[in-house]
Amino acid sequence: MAPWLAGFFALTVGPMIASLYLSFTDYDLFGAPEFIGAENYTRIFADPQFLQSVKVTATYVLLGTPIKLAAALGVAMLLNAKRKGLGFYRSAFYAPSLVAASVSIAIVWKAMFIDDGVVDRSLRIFGIELGGWVGNQNMTMPMFILLAVWAFGGPMVIFLAGLKQVPAELYEAADVDGAGRIRKFRNITLPMLSPVIFFNLLMETIGSFQVFNSAFIISGGTGGPAGSTLFYTLYLYIRGFGDFRMGYASAMAWLLVIAVGLVTILLFRSSKSWVHYQGDAR
Amino acid sequence: MTITHVSGGSSAEGAPLQAAMPTRNDSHRLRRDAQRRSRLGSAAYHLGMIVVCAIVLYPAAWMFMSSLKPSSEIIGNVNLIPENGSLDNFATALSGIAGISFWTFFLNSLIIAVFSVVGVVVSSAVAAYAFARIEYRGKKVWFALMVATMLLPFHVTIIPQYILFQNLGLINNFGSLLIPKFLATEAFFVFLMIQFLRGIPRELDEAARIDGAGHVRVFSSIILPLLRPAMITAAIFTFIASWNDFLGPLLYLKRPDLYTLPVALRLFVDQTTTSDYGAQVAMAVLALIPVMIFFFVFQRYLIDGVATQGLKG
Repeated sequence: MAPWLAGFFALTVGPMIASLYLSFTDYDLFGAPEFIGAENYTRIFADPQFLQSVKVTATYVLLGTPIKLAAALGVAMLLNAKRKGLGFYRSAFYAPSLVAASVSIAIVWKAMFIDDGVVDRSLRIFGIELGGWVGNQNMTMPMFILLAVWAFGGPMVIFLAGLKQVPAELYEAADVDGAGRIRKFRNITLPMLSPVIFFNLLMETIGSFQVFNSAFIISGGTGGPAGSTLFYTLYLYIRGFGDFRMGYASAMAWLLVIAVGLVTILLFRSSKSWVHYQGDAR
Repeated sequence: MTITHVSGGSSAEGAPLQAAMPTRNDSHRLRRDAQRRSRLGSAAYHLGMIVVCAIVLYPAAWMFMSSLKPSSEIIGNVNLIPENGSLDNFATALSGIAGISFWTFFLNSLIIAVFSVVGVVVSSAVAAYAFARIEYRGKKVWFALMVATMLLPFHVTIIPQYILFQNLGLINNFGSLLIPKFLATEAFFVFLMIQFLRGIPRELDEAARIDGAGHVRVFSSIILPLLRPAMITAAIFTFIASWNDFLGPLLYLKRPDLYTLPVALRLFVDQTTTSDYGAQVAMAVLALIPVMIFFFVFQRYLIDGVATQGLKG
């Protein structure tokens, strides 16, 4: 307990309070912090780059997370069949989620999706002309979402474990009643899996808010082209550790905490209507 | 809920109708019928899975193949197989950046990863023991706070932490990266171990306590050996996360000779603006090798470790 307490106070609670205080100051790391009231916050909301970073991150969270979870659930259901070679598929699908956030993969992604690169040229074979990816402000978001979806293995494994818990009797009873695949999915799989869906949704959403490495590497730390990859945490980094506007960045960090907190509360609230916990859990 | 292992092996080959409890002959017959019927379905299934596999593994295949190609061939060529394959890219990558050898970065990454593992495993185990086995006031509140820190974006603490470590003179010092690991700040692993400890009967350590063993003894001679599976999971994940970590080293390590591989990679990309993609990709491959080795050796632990976390309500 002692080490955790020390860490909790010195590295979590203490810094949180300090960060809250700094968010009301002008601080460049060299002089003393100067108290300026809520000015950082008013400036933030008038800052077009901040609003751009919110837009980019919100788009990424709202589009990327559901697609990733849908892919994870779909593949998990395929893997829940009784077939040979499942262990291999499961490992192959899981591997990317371990490295997707690494600098190495960001470099590879950038090289693959570079304008006129391998992805562009492959699509051209099928007659698809997109006008580049990395250099095209309309295509950078799809590229980042593809990177997120590529790492579907993490939630997939959790879904798979959840699917194994669904009692086979339920499906057998439904078979007797003559229920089709879609009805079984809607009336058995989804409700039985809802606690796991909720867990994955919560974790993936919170994770999506914080994407940084790939944005930093692919855009070369700038958030370009045209601010299309200016993710929230990248902008926070640029303000804090690029311009040394620590007060401003602290205010941004607190707004992120509030946003994540609100989303968490909303998810928990909504979960009451769609997440079913088994009273007689086995 | 209980946790069943999600192993693909044995359960996948059981009789199709376990619940009906058929006789041995019935089950053999049913199984043969099912096999005949499903041969076509099976082919379609595997074909579909192989397509998904190919898509998922394509970036990895592309990465390895590209690391063997000259840069001009990487961007302009759709063909996966190199026309003029060579190891030149690896030679360039290994020669390092800014006069510093690749192996310096490798060693820095290794030192930080190994000590991170030690720090996280030891401190999480101690904290988990305190949460799971020692009674004191307000424990529930502490526990709730600890779980809440799992959801907290770390960006809110990163600026004050940076200022703190700067004032302590820990910039350009691995300590700034390692101290948090020794203070059990990775709440997720503490949580994982607490859940694991809940499955270990209390009678075991209570008996030892009656015999006069203190907390230190109970912890070291009874709990630690039993906690091993959870500790292995935490160790593997910590190693991989620390190896891939970019933001921490980027902030705290300013001297190139202290860079870890991800930061060195970024420097390398910045310096080769003439786009020597071959060398960049080769270095990316080299940087991932330890993670890949870990994955192949420990994949079962990795996957089961993840599979258990989602099911604890």
